[in-house]
Amino acid sequence: MGLKMKDILTELSDRREAARLGGGQKRLDAQHGRGKLTARERIDLLVDEGSFEEFDMFVTHRCTDFGMENQKPAGDGVVTGWGTINGRMVYVFSQDFTVLGGSVSATHAMKICKIMDMAMQNGAPVIGINDSGGARIQEGVDSLAGYGDVFQRNIMASGVVPQISVIMGPCAGGAVYSPAMTDFIFMVKDSSYMFVTGPDVVKTVTNEVVTAEELGGASTHTKKSSVADAAFENDVEALAEVRRLVDFLPMNNREKPPVRPFFDEPGRVEASLDTLVPDNPNAPYDMKELILKLADEGDFYEIQEEFAKNIITGFIRLEGRTVGVVANQPMVLAGCLDIDSSRKAARFVRFCDAFEIPILTLIDVPGFLPGTSQEYSGVIKHGAKLLFAYGEATVPKVTVITRKAYGGAYVVMASKHLRADINYAWPTAEIAVMGAKGATEIIHRADLGDAAKTAEHVADYEERFANPFVAAERGFIDEVIQPRSTRKRVSRAFASLRNKDQKMPWKKHDNIPL
Amino acid sequence: MFNKILIANRGEIACRVIKTARKMGIGTVAIYSDADRQALHVQMADEAIHIGPPPANQSYIVIDKVMEAVKASGAQAVHPGYGFLSENSKFAEALEAAGVAFVGPPVGAIEKMGDKITSKKIAQEAGVSTVPGYMGLIADADEAVKISNQVGYPVMLKASAGGGGKGMRIAWNDAEAREGFQSSKNEAANSFGDDRIFIEKFVTQPRHIEIQVLCDSHGNGIYLGERECSIQRRQQKVVEEAPSPFLDETTRRAMGEQAVALAQAVDYASAGTVEFIVDSEKNFYFLEMNTRLQVEHPVTELITGVDLVEQMIRVANGEALSITQDDVTLTGWAIENRLYAEDPYRGFLPSIGRLTRYRPPMEQAAGPLLVNDKWQGDAPSGAIAVRNDTGVYEGGEISMYYDPMIAKLCTWAPTREAAIEAMRVALDSFEVEGIGHNLPFLSAVMDHPIFIAGEMTTAFIEEQYPDGFEGVELPDADLRRIASATAAMHRVAEIRRARVSGRMDNHERKVGTDWNVTLQGQSFDVVISADHDGSTVAFDDGTSMRVSGAWTPGDQLAEMSVDGAPLVLKVGKISGGFRIRTRGADIKVHVRTPRQAELARKMPEKLPPDTSKLLLCPMPGLVVKLDVAEGDEVQEGQALCTIEAMKMENILRAEKKGTVTKINASAGDSLAVDDVIMEFE
Repeated sequence: MGLKMKDILTELSDRREAARLGGGQKRLDAQHGRGKLTARERIDLLVDEGSFEEFDMFVTHRCTDFGMENQKPAGDGVVTGWGTINGRMVYVFSQDFTVLGGSVSATHAMKICKIMDMAMQNGAPVIGINDSGGARIQEGVDSLAGYGDVFQRNIMASGVVPQISVIMGPCAGGAVYSPAMTDFIFMVKDSSYMFVTGPDVVKTVTNEVVTAEELGGASTHTKKSSVADAAFENDVEALAEVRRLVDFLPMNNREKPPVRPFFDEPGRVEASLDTLVPDNPNAPYDMKELILKLADEGDFYEIQEEFAKNIITGFIRLEGRTVGVVANQPMVLAGCLDIDSSRKAARFVRFCDAFEIPILTLIDVPGFLPGTSQEYSGVIKHGAKLLFAYGEATVPKVTVITRKAYGGAYVVMASKHLRADINYAWPTAEIAVMGAKGATEIIHRADLGDAAKTAEHVADYEERFANPFVAAERGFIDEVIQPRSTRKRVSRAFASLRNKDQKMPWKKHDNIPL
Repeated sequence: MFNKILIANRGEIACRVIKTARKMGIGTVAIYSDADRQALHVQMADEAIHIGPPPANQSYIVIDKVMEAVKASGAQAVHPGYGFLSENSKFAEALEAAGVAFVGPPVGAIEKMGDKITSKKIAQEAGVSTVPGYMGLIADADEAVKISNQVGYPVMLKASAGGGGKGMRIAWNDAEAREGFQSSKNEAANSFGDDRIFIEKFVTQPRHIEIQVLCDSHGNGIYLGERECSIQRRQQKVVEEAPSPFLDETTRRAMGEQAVALAQAVDYASAGTVEFIVDSEKNFYFLEMNTRLQVEHPVTELITGVDLVEQMIRVANGEALSITQDDVTLTGWAIENRLYAEDPYRGFLPSIGRLTRYRPPMEQAAGPLLVNDKWQGDAPSGAIAVRNDTGVYEGGEISMYYDPMIAKLCTWAPTREAAIEAMRVALDSFEVEGIGHNLPFLSAVMDHPIFIAGEMTTAFIEEQYPDGFEGVELPDADLRRIASATAAMHRVAEIRRARVSGRMDNHERKVGTDWNVTLQGQSFDVVISADHDGSTVAFDDGTSMRVSGAWTPGDQLAEMSVDGAPLVLKVGKISGGFRIRTRGADIKVHVRTPRQAELARKMPEKLPPDTSKLLLCPMPGLVVKLDVAEGDEVQEGQALCTIEAMKMENILRAEKKGTVTKINASAGDSLAVDDVIMEFE
């Protein structure tokens, strides 16, 4: 090797080392001091060890205003590239808060756009780790243009490759809209926040005094706003859980969800499910028990666990294959549908449909939540979202009614009428327009004053409709199954649907009631 | 022999009796309340008869209802189990009048021994050693104080009709005597409908040791050794064993002979138990006689090989005992642990609900019961015995109406040490989810040096766990064993994860051999080398452990072997590791690559979030009822109020211990989400 070549190699390694140091040791230490990992450490935890291939390490910004020409750190505040998660490719960008506060410049945005374009072309998910002070003010409109370019790509990629955002620091102003358009947003408790306008502006404009944490912390977004899908204790846990989620997802909309070797008998009988539904029709029970006993190895990845708890959404595997689960939760609000639960489930169903993930729906729904607050806030349109989402979904759809399936909510929840493929009911199912008491009060209004007669009518109605057989006689229920063999029946149902091919009529796009 | 027997009981004891009856070829009839429609004893019996609503005083202890069931079923005999009507002479009389055999002693014996004062007099006359005390009835609190002073403090105030710890108080001074008298009296009135109280000397450093007797109606009587029942919580037995590690042969014989003498003094004919209190000098005093099958009878069966239920049935059928005192030998050692649906972390508060998981350890037959072909049930045989007398099943409901004891786990081995070790493993293998239970506490007792040394008194729990049970801190040696096992398990799980479909060919993830395990504040760096039948886990101090076991991802029980010794872990999922429960401990174990571990160490230690001092309404709804009042002290998990929403009743519970300072809602109020229902100190 000639002397020249050696110098060149030395220069390369020097430059790399400088780039890897980001904003310098002092800032890296400060980042740790805030309980946060650095951009590169986060990538280390996200992708398989040694699998990361970096791009654009030496990109610098082109701004010459406000003295910016004197500080041109290599990489410009974001680390981009690809790596593997359990051997499957993902594209990653990780904003580096130690470099100019992770602020977004034109070139910073360009780096993100580059890997997003590659991800779409090569069919792999994009995972964005957000830790940025926002737009690089020195660049003015160039920075905004950069955001716009990223937004447009988020939109183009939506439904093509899974997009996951991990908020690991500040994410404010226009910056929030990129994660907002991705499929999943995860936050870290106590060290991340998201808001359109920060506490200072809020105070100036509205005189409202609020902390950043209250305004846009992990708790706010997982429990109140539903902007975030989950929050984790720290960076390490958050990234481990992102890896776990990616294991459930297909790499793009052209391939089927992944299959993983499993250690669980598909025909496993769970005798205890025979007693899951209590004798008292108004007593709650925990639908999660059914989900956990159905799933391979009891493994359930819940999405939006803290929000609209009257409906449960998340991923399980059956015979090693990913299945999206939507389930009413009788423990909360009796499992009724309302605005929040409809929105939560609708978005989940649409994600599954976009990425060919079969949908299992577990039903115990007494109806829609009544009341002025629901009507004034538009439960009609929000409820219609879920109806629309189920009706347009062409993925395999299997439904199990465990107990109540009343009224409009029965139709909405993946009924036969919305092209569900296989609809099962437990013997405890009651498929009716409403509960026996309500129905009786309408049908036999004349006898309302007579308690004995009313009781008799209620009993008659229950006898007639508080069962799955009327629906089964019409073929709306394909089969009444034993609770204990639900795992086997549902697994076999999905197995029979592996080659399902259903098309929607051509349209530019639909007009779901947003 | 009888063709059909009715079991006037529920739960594990009904199931236990059914097993023996079946073995003897006798048909079985169960009775059940509304709450027990799906209970195990109903499923096991040949026939089942409904006898009323859930509360026992409207079903299981209503003599008329049980008698109706007896007549309807055509049963020729009734086994009463324990509790309920087992020591009710009126029930025995009713059966006698109906010409149905009572599988228990004659009415006279029940009456005489059922009354504590009478029984003590009879015992004295029969030459049985008794505790000094006042045998007469006590009129009021003043008299109670006077008599207490005559007997000398400490004294014990006891309900004449009492049992199971109810209506019992210890008093060390006048004030306590006064207070104890009133509370015993009230409790006795409520529990037994008989508020007579008597007073006796309270023996300090006492052990509770009881003698099993067996008598027939032909004048034969024998004793089947003793049971040590000193480990009790509030007079409720928790752990029993046979034989007692405290008795010598001379004391055993003296106690046994006195017990038989007492039984024969009342013409006893059935299995019965004479309870003694034994002081540190091995002086023993008669306490009471239980004229029924005792809860803890299995330990006696396991060391004698005698099926006590079978003997009771034969005696009730008029047969003479086929065993003499000389035939009775005590072989090996048996331990019983009672599984209670009580949460040890919440002050042993009873816990009710659905058993989402209930997997007892595999039963195994061994010892004298197996040798005598008297093992109840059909367990495979082995070197040690594991027996679980239970009345519940996975998916069943633990209701508020009955005793919180849901199973009796017994082990037998040739030595006490081996029986204890077998119990430790059996407890670790016992999976119970959905309700709070005392398994961790039982594990802690099995590892307690005082219990291991056999030096417990009835004050053991009170003295050793004065502030309640707060879990177990595992010793370093155990942590290493768990670290080895979980590292190997984690590696298996990671290798599987790396085998997901859609991998980039030739660029698959390679799962490494170097791992870091953190648990209970300790950190271990290990290197795993796996081969076809296990893994060798090397620690950085040069030591290594050999791990094997058939665990695969998703298994909730890991039956591992570490360096040849069994290690049974209950395994739960947490991010980056496992929740492990074993030996009474409940810990988080993280298994990480060296890089993950290095970065995890940079993460701030977060204090558990300060749970709000407010109870907020979680849903719009109607307040049905408030279960507490301002100023009340509440325990974690205690019901605070009930909210009805969508016609369903939701019980809101205290998240932690505290005092209610303010209540902002009352029954009938309609609340919105996040309305403040009550405030805590």
